[in-house]
This record gives sequence, C-alpha cells and structure tokens, in this order.
Amino acid sequence: MSERAFYIDYSRCIGCQSCVQACAECDTHRGVSLIHLETIQRRESVQTAPQVCMQCEDPICARVCPADAIKKTADGVVQSSLKPRCIGCSNCVLSCPFGVPKYQVEIDQMMKCDMCYDRTSVDKKPMCATVCPSQALTFATAEEIQRTRRGVAINRWKFGNEEVTTKVFVIVPREVERVNVELVQISPTPSALAPDPYDVALMLESVE
Amino acid sequence: MAKLPVDIPELVKQFGPTLNRVPAGGWVASEEEDKMVKTHCCFCGQQCGIQLRVRNNKVVGWEPWEDFPFNLGKLCPKGVKRYMQDEHPDRLKHPLQRVPGKGFEPIGWDAALSRVVSEIQRIQQTYGNDSFAVLTGASLTNEKAYLMGKFARVALRTANVDYNGRLCMVSAGAASKKVFGIDRSANPWSDIPKAKVILVAGANIAECAPITTDYLWQARENGGKLIILDPRMTPIARNADLFIPVRSGGDIGVFNGMLHIMIERGWIDRDFIAQHTIDFELVAKAVKKYTPEYSARIAGVPPEMIVRAAEMWGPAPTSFLLHARGIEHHSKGVDNCIAAINLVIASGRIGREGCGYAMITGQGNGQGAREQGQKCDQLPGTRDISNPEHRKYIAGVWGVPEESLPAKGLSAVPLVEAIHEGKIKGLISICFNPTVSLPDANYVRAALEKLEFYVNIEFFLSETARYADIVLAGSLMEEDEGTTTNVEGRVIHHRKVVSPPGEAREDWTIICEIAKRLGQGDKFNYASPRDIFEELRIASKDGVSDYYGITWERIDESNGIFWPCPEIGHPGTPRLYEGGKFGHPDGKAHFIPIEWRPSAEMPDEEYPIILTTGRVVSHFLSGTQTRRIGGLLDQYPQPLCEMHPRLAEKLGVDDGDFVKVESRRGNVVVRAQVVKTIRPDTVFIPYHWPLDRSANNLTIRAIDPVSNIPEFKICAVRVSRTEQPTDAIAQLETEAGGIR
Repeated sequence: MSERAFYIDYSRCIGCQSCVQACAECDTHRGVSLIHLETIQRRESVQTAPQVCMQCEDPICARVCPADAIKKTADGVVQSSLKPRCIGCSNCVLSCPFGVPKYQVEIDQMMKCDMCYDRTSVDKKPMCATVCPSQALTFATAEEIQRTRRGVAINRWKFGNEEVTTKVFVIVPREVERVNVELVQISPTPSALAPDPYDVALMLESVE
Repeated sequence: MAKLPVDIPELVKQFGPTLNRVPAGGWVASEEEDKMVKTHCCFCGQQCGIQLRVRNNKVVGWEPWEDFPFNLGKLCPKGVKRYMQDEHPDRLKHPLQRVPGKGFEPIGWDAALSRVVSEIQRIQQTYGNDSFAVLTGASLTNEKAYLMGKFARVALRTANVDYNGRLCMVSAGAASKKVFGIDRSANPWSDIPKAKVILVAGANIAECAPITTDYLWQARENGGKLIILDPRMTPIARNADLFIPVRSGGDIGVFNGMLHIMIERGWIDRDFIAQHTIDFELVAKAVKKYTPEYSARIAGVPPEMIVRAAEMWGPAPTSFLLHARGIEHHSKGVDNCIAAINLVIASGRIGREGCGYAMITGQGNGQGAREQGQKCDQLPGTRDISNPEHRKYIAGVWGVPEESLPAKGLSAVPLVEAIHEGKIKGLISICFNPTVSLPDANYVRAALEKLEFYVNIEFFLSETARYADIVLAGSLMEEDEGTTTNVEGRVIHHRKVVSPPGEAREDWTIICEIAKRLGQGDKFNYASPRDIFEELRIASKDGVSDYYGITWERIDESNGIFWPCPEIGHPGTPRLYEGGKFGHPDGKAHFIPIEWRPSAEMPDEEYPIILTTGRVVSHFLSGTQTRRIGGLLDQYPQPLCEMHPRLAEKLGVDDGDFVKVESRRGNVVVRAQVVKTIRPDTVFIPYHWPLDRSANNLTIRAIDPVSNIPEFKICAVRVSRTEQPTDAIAQLETEAGGIR
C-alpha cells in the first residue's frame, strides 16, 4: 500500500454520481455500487455528500460481528464480510456510525467499500477517487493535500461519547480538530432554524 | 413520404429505446481483455481521455486514462457508462427501409443506396439543387464534419447544409469573432486555477461540464473568488462567493451594470484599452445609464449584487470569464456574450497566464465541427462562403470551379421552416435528432412529415429517424477513427476501438459511396479518415483555424495540439492573444456597445411563468445514447419541472404531483420537483426526453438575428396540477417518453 491516503471534501461535491456509477463497474460486485451518495435535502439545497467506508482503526462493524466475519488487513483496510462466515444478521449495518455496510439480500452477505483493495494494493487509486470530477474524493499524499487544499485534513470523530479514529480523512476548515456529531432534532421548528442561505426567493426579497 | 410507418409504441417495441445494464459478455474478471485503447469520451466538448477495454472485438469496459492532461483520469457518469452503448440490443446493424403498416424492414446496402441516389436526383432535377438539404452534427469528428460540408457543396451542390451546433455554440462563436476576430476559447484550462476571480455566466458546470469543476475548486483553493450567474442555484453556485440569481434574459443588466461601476471607480485598464482595442468610448457611452438600480431592474436581482460583482471583478489582479448556453440560448445570445466579453477587454486581463476567457463548448466536437465547413455560411478553415477569396481557395483544394460552389444557405431553424413550407423536399441527416432538440417540437414533427424523401444515417433509431424513408446503419465514435477539437481548442485523436457490428459501416464510407454514385467519386476518393484529415490540413491552411501543422502523429506525441498551428514545426497555440494581439486585421479587440432588449416572449397574464430549459448530468443532449444506458437513466429517469415552494403553493402543487405545463405552442405533463434553489418566477425542465415529455414542445421558434441560435432559455408558460396521464405514450417506459 502506498503512502497515499483517502480524503473526502464534502464542500466540493456536486452530486454527479460518477463515484456511484464507477463503483458499480467493479467486477467483484458486478453492477452494485458500494459507495453512498447522500442528497441531504433536495428541497432546501443541492448539497450532496459522498460516503465511502472510513476504515476505522478499531472498526465497530468487526467488533459487533457475532460470526467474526469482518477482517482488517495489516495495512488497515476493513474488508467486506467473509462469505463462509457471514450470517447476514446486519449487526454491522446497524452499528456503523457512518452508515456504510450494506446487507445484500440477493447473496445473503454484507458487502462494503474496501477502498478498491484490488487497485490500492497494486498502487492504483480507488476508482471513485480517480474519476471524481470535483475531487471531493481524492487519493493523495499528505504533502499533496497540504499544498493544494485550504482546509485541514482530520480523521478524529466523536459520536456522542464514542471516539473514533479513521484511516480516511475529511477536509474541514482550519480551526476544526475533530468532528463532533451530536444528536439533533430531525425536524426542528421553523423558528429554531437559521436564516436559509440557499433559498433563492429570500435572496430576491428586495426585488419588486 | 416521411411519415411514421406504424404507431410509436410499435416502433419502440422494434427499436427501443431499451436499457443496457450489463457489459458485453457479462461481468467477468477484468484482466482478460485483448487490448486497452486510449481514446476519448464521445459526449461533451471536454473530450476526456479514457481507455476502452476490448475483448473479441467488443468493448467490454474501461479504465481511467490518468496521463491525459485535461482530465487526468476524471470522468463524469456519462463517461463511466458510455461503453454500455456498445453491443446494445437497439443497435442498428443493417440498412432499413420504411414499410407503411409494418415499420422498418432490413434492406441491402446496394438497394438502399440506389434508392437514396435516385431520390436525390429526382428531387434535385424536379425542384432544383437547394431543394435537397443536409443536416449534420457537432458530435462528428473533424474529418466527418469536413466531409459533410464538401458532400453538400460538391456532390449535392446544395446551399442548404447546416448542423446542430446551431443550437449550441453559434452565439458564443459569433460574439468571439466580432470582438476578438477568432472563434475559440482564448485560454487553455490550465489558466483557470491561476485566476483570482472567475465569472461563470449561464453555465451549469457541475452537470454539463463536470470535469471543469475541479479547475474552479483549484482556483478557490488558491484564494480565487467565484461569481455565478444563473436563475437556479446549481451545485457550483452553492459554494460560490457570490451567486446572482439572474432572471433569464436579464444578463446584460449585470454585465453592463458591472462595467458602469468599473468605469466610475476607475477599475478599467486605460493603457490596454488605448493600445489594444477600438471603440471603447461607444461602450462607455452605452453603459452610462446602466446604474446599479437600472441594471438591477433588467436583471431581476438586488442592485447590491451587481455592485458586489463589480467590486470583486473590477480590481482583481487576474481573472477568467466562462460562459455557456445560459446566456447564449437567447434571441439576443450574441449580444449577451459581447456584453460579458466587454468586461474582459475593459479589464485588460486577457492573453496572459491566469487571465482570459472561454466559452464552454457543449457537444463532443462543438469546437472543431464548426470550423470544417458544415455550417451554412462557412467553408473549411472557418472561411466565409460569401468571401470570393475564400471560395476561390477552397474550390481550388476541391478541384471544382468556384462558381459551382453554392452560396450561403439556410441555418437549422429556417431550414426546417423551409421544409414545413414545402420549399425543401428532400433531406439527408446524420448525428442530429431535431424532433427532440429543436424548439417548437410539434412544428418540427409536422415539417418532417412533409418531406418527399428523408434518409437518416444513425446507429440507433432516434425519434427523428422514425420519420425516415431509408435509415443507413452508421458508426459509433469508437467504431471509426478521427480527430476532434476540445473545449480548449486542443485537437485530439479518437482511435478506432472496434469495427461496426453486422453490416453497419463507418459513416465516412457511406457518404463517399453516395457521392460516388452521384458521379463525384473522384472528389471523394479517400482510403481512410487520415486521408480526409490530410486534405483538411490543406483546406484549413492560412485560415483562422489553421490545422496545417497538425498531424495525427504529432497529436499522439503531445496529447493534442492547439490550433492555430500553421507549420509542422509549430508548437501550437494554447493561449491566444498574448501581447494584446487580437485576430482582426487591425490586431485590436473591438468593443461593441450592447443595449438590453426583451426576450421574444415575455410572461403575461395568460402565460405568467418563465420556462427555462437545460440539461442534467446523467444525460446527453437529445438522449439518443444516454436514454439507452440503464445506470444513466436510473439516475434521472424522467423530466421533472423544478419550481420554488412559493410558486408551488400558489399553484396548489406538492412535490411529486403531476403538472401540465403549457405554452402557446404545446404542452407537457411531468412531475413537479419543489425546490428552494430556483427563482420563484421561473420553472425549469430538462430537455433530453421525447414526445409528450419533450420540453421543446413548449419552447419558442425565435432565433438570434446574427447567430440564428434558438431561444431555449426563456419562453412563457402556465402550470397547473393534473392527474397522471394514462394514454399509450404515457405508458411507455420513461426512456421512450412515458411517465411514472
């Protein structure tokens, strides 16, 4: 495995789904994409967010697997479930804080992004990071990222009280050191919302 | 008698569109290919490098081509799934003839070509040479574009040849020619990340030129500011420094308003203007009345936005202007572009690193296909068909008397009108699907029905090919060889990857064979596309778009060469106008004063809402190819009508409701998509679908007086909630024009 690492910059994503389409091209999962591209709330904005497997240092998906079917390679890549062991219980699907593993009903097995292990293990870039037109998904050295990006790359997360460190980095504004994910009310009352920066009508309110 | 031989559901059953979801030979381990061919995507003007994977003369997959400098391996979803058009069940593999009551039946090549030639001769002898027209496309290679122009002028001797670039690049091209003297993007894309402010006017880059996104984001990483003009908050507008949600047709308000402020505050380069331009004083006078308040009323935005844009653009050390169809698809498209370009030359920021201007070419060979002489007003080398010197030179290259060359003919929209009026009786078309792509689609369909004879060269039976008497099975981009010229002016090489399937033939051989049967074989005696390119080099020599120094070998060695390239030893010209030297004979850039005027059809009481049309990322143009690829169709299966919640509330429409959108020309029923990212006075419908789902049923047949581009970006409509349609067309799959 090269010294290059995987970086996600959500602010760059344009929602084009190249990553989804390219992921589905892989011969090992044959037309099924293992990357998630979330359209956050289309009514409110065009914001989208790609989600690859973050490759946790201590992967919760593997810890909760009753069949010990999820293994991490020596170079830190968490693999899809082992077919002979996977019992299709979906513990991993429920436990992953990033929502990555998918239970594939047709084959009764969990599959997930393994950062294109077939490519990265021979020093190629993962397919999604190769094709990504916006380079929201990038596979690069730390030096390249420092030289070409304004933001800073971090890999520490806090979900409630659970701290997670990942092999995959996200690029965030310079002052951020750790991504803290708090519980939020899904449908806040309108009065609790900040003024909507993406509502075109509000931008034009002073126009007759 | 170019009428549908059977009803549409029956035609769809025979020829699709149907969806391909699995590569040829199924999903198998990727190591087993026979060869990997470096070539380019067939879709948009960016022409990304890609490697196609071949097994048993079948394209079975692809690999990124990470060394190609424009895209470095990056691809949009269309590029990723493009290979699924190969080995497609709908692929035409032999010529077809129309059989009323039955549909289309196979016919041998000899019989098909004999029929074509005898009909051409009959129609031209009965009604005159110009009664037989040629419609072509901007996704053709340079070689094929050159061949089509020569075929029309030499083999058919008809004036009436035009192409679907008329719906794409002509406003930008005409404006560039008027101001700069050259019709080409002025800079290579590598200049974009070096600009400190970038103005993007009417370009949904994330969806229509996705690879350009990274160039914009690189500029922002370098501290550059981004200004976006669009009636919709597109994905790049979401993160722009300044988003101006301009009313469609109001762009001149922003441009003239910005220049007004720049002059007032001294943010213009007076030395550059004095040395390298003419007529600035006319423009200065014209923009005098464009105060922020006056401009803002035209643009439909708050005046502060225009002031802010001028404050960002005016004093910047480096800058880059990009524009596309959003300002070009107007009955004042040329004026819109000129007003934007005036901002560039007033700043003096052009012709050097990080400073310049580009139009974002839409179609695959949108740049090259407009240079090689298949436009009604042009000869190869971007030469003018009305210029005696130009005519004489090309007549010499072709070995025909100058007086035998026809005069300027009709452009695409007037050409279809001449068919409707019965003045044009016969048509040959290639690479053009006007029943989906031209405005006022009901009118276009009615026109086609009036043709006495129509022959169409196609690889899939497009919605337009359904009207043909004879369909000749042609080639996909990867089944032939040739060059294209990308968005930057870089001439690149499309390699032949596989042979056409069945009895299908390379397009150029079909055209040459028809010419031969018309008795002009000696003028079309090419052994290969390379032969055509060699003649094109000479035909373009000393023209504006000079390819003389470009050879296929040089292209391969250098990953493309930028024209003008006048000599074999010449390195090509990535950046135009260095040292303030422009393309006009006087070497200057020509300022042209622009006055705003209303669009052809403004909203009124009867039709109170503005309709604007455009594209989505997973489809290409009229959808002939992308509506046949499962992954792309799944991503955006059917057209949606985007509207703001405030408008939706007024109309009593919820997200997902069926709505009827009506204009004075026709209607569509589609589902509503309620989003806050669009102006409340405007609705948007993408145009890639046919029949009752065609946004072009609504659009207006108004054209720009100079460029003749149609006004796709604004017409007046009304919208009402309706029930799900259940007729036979509605029940088709969405790729065929149905609705779910």
